[in-house]
Amino acid sequence: MARGAVIVLALVMGLVALTGPPWGGAIQAACAAEDSRVPLPAITKGKGESCVAETGFMRRNHMNLLDHQRDETMREGIRTTRFSLKNCVACHAVPGADGKPVGADDPRFFCTACHEYVAVKIDCFQCHASRPETPARAGLREGFGGNAALSMIGKDWR
Amino acid sequence: MNGEGQKGAPQGFDPRRRRFLSAAAAAAGVALAPGVMLYGIAASTPAGARAPEEAASPWVRWGLLVDVARCREGCDACVTACAEENGLRGQGRPETDAQWIRKVELRDPASGTERSLPVMCQHCAEPPCVDVCPTGASFKRADGIVLVDKHTCIGCRYCMMACPYKARSFVHEAVTGQKSYAPRGKGTVESCTFCVHRVDAERSPACVEACADSGGGAMLFGDLHDPESEISKRIATYATTRIRADLGLDPGVRYRNL
Repeated sequence: MARGAVIVLALVMGLVALTGPPWGGAIQAACAAEDSRVPLPAITKGKGESCVAETGFMRRNHMNLLDHQRDETMREGIRTTRFSLKNCVACHAVPGADGKPVGADDPRFFCTACHEYVAVKIDCFQCHASRPETPARAGLREGFGGNAALSMIGKDWR
Repeated sequence: MNGEGQKGAPQGFDPRRRRFLSAAAAAAGVALAPGVMLYGIAASTPAGARAPEEAASPWVRWGLLVDVARCREGCDACVTACAEENGLRGQGRPETDAQWIRKVELRDPASGTERSLPVMCQHCAEPPCVDVCPTGASFKRADGIVLVDKHTCIGCRYCMMACPYKARSFVHEAVTGQKSYAPRGKGTVESCTFCVHRVDAERSPACVEACADSGGGAMLFGDLHDPESEISKRIATYATTRIRADLGLDPGVRYRNL
């Protein structure tokens, strides 16, 4: 009798393993339910309708996109904004108690919330700013003060 | 403040010349082989400004000309502007605090002549810091700007020893409140970047701007490879020197009246 139960259990486990994805989806759905006993990361939604790419893709590949962008920007001076860390930080800013965006040391910070949950340590924010730049300084491309200065010297300097 | 016809265009930019060069490059590209283009020219935007998706061009070499006669003793507008722009905050320990640009006072003991000048990374064409870097973190960008890729810097400080200008600093302590365009952190080496984020946005470095606004107007930034640029014209007109020219490093920073 006990042997029969073991065989049935093994068959059920095999079935679960074989038909993994649908079961997995059901399990995930159950976890996401509000009454779930499984703790989930509290991730604040970013601004706008959607992320710069499909959510599932971003979850799996954001680190590769950031790596790629970082090398292009640092080494070649390519400054596209779609996959830039600055853009992530600006869009996913989480306001703190004072209304200002929280930094990477705060558990509510977008990256920190999930990375603490999955126990993956990131060191991006040892160097990079985790708070978005204030609007006065952010629009660098709009300002051409440098050229004004250049032309001024051009006239003035003999 | 804006000079006539200077709005939005870099110094010394001539659209006719650019159009001619682009056409010549396109012709050369066709003549070479189908699908083969001369790197760097074909992708140029007609406006002259580099598009965000365009890489730094090897046809450009950024340089700086400092007129020492116009640099006032005791004025540190450039140093202050650099610290403000790049978020350099000292810890009150001058021995270890980062210095991207410093004012150097010189005195000739024989004649008593005194000179005051700013010294920063000289952005050499043959940078010894790049030669010695064991990880490739220290590198020269296509447009001649020498940078540290802090993602690969291990903080060995070999580059600091190799640099004859003492231009590099090591970050000894944890940093907070960095500028989003100037990331810096503990355990890495850093130096003047010619305000690369501003250069990429068609602006001149913060020190140059500050010197023009509140200093003596002693600094001129521009493209050394463009014969039509203001800096090239000035270098062609009168004698300029480079610090430790005997080392043959071909620095991008030149001095006049030194």
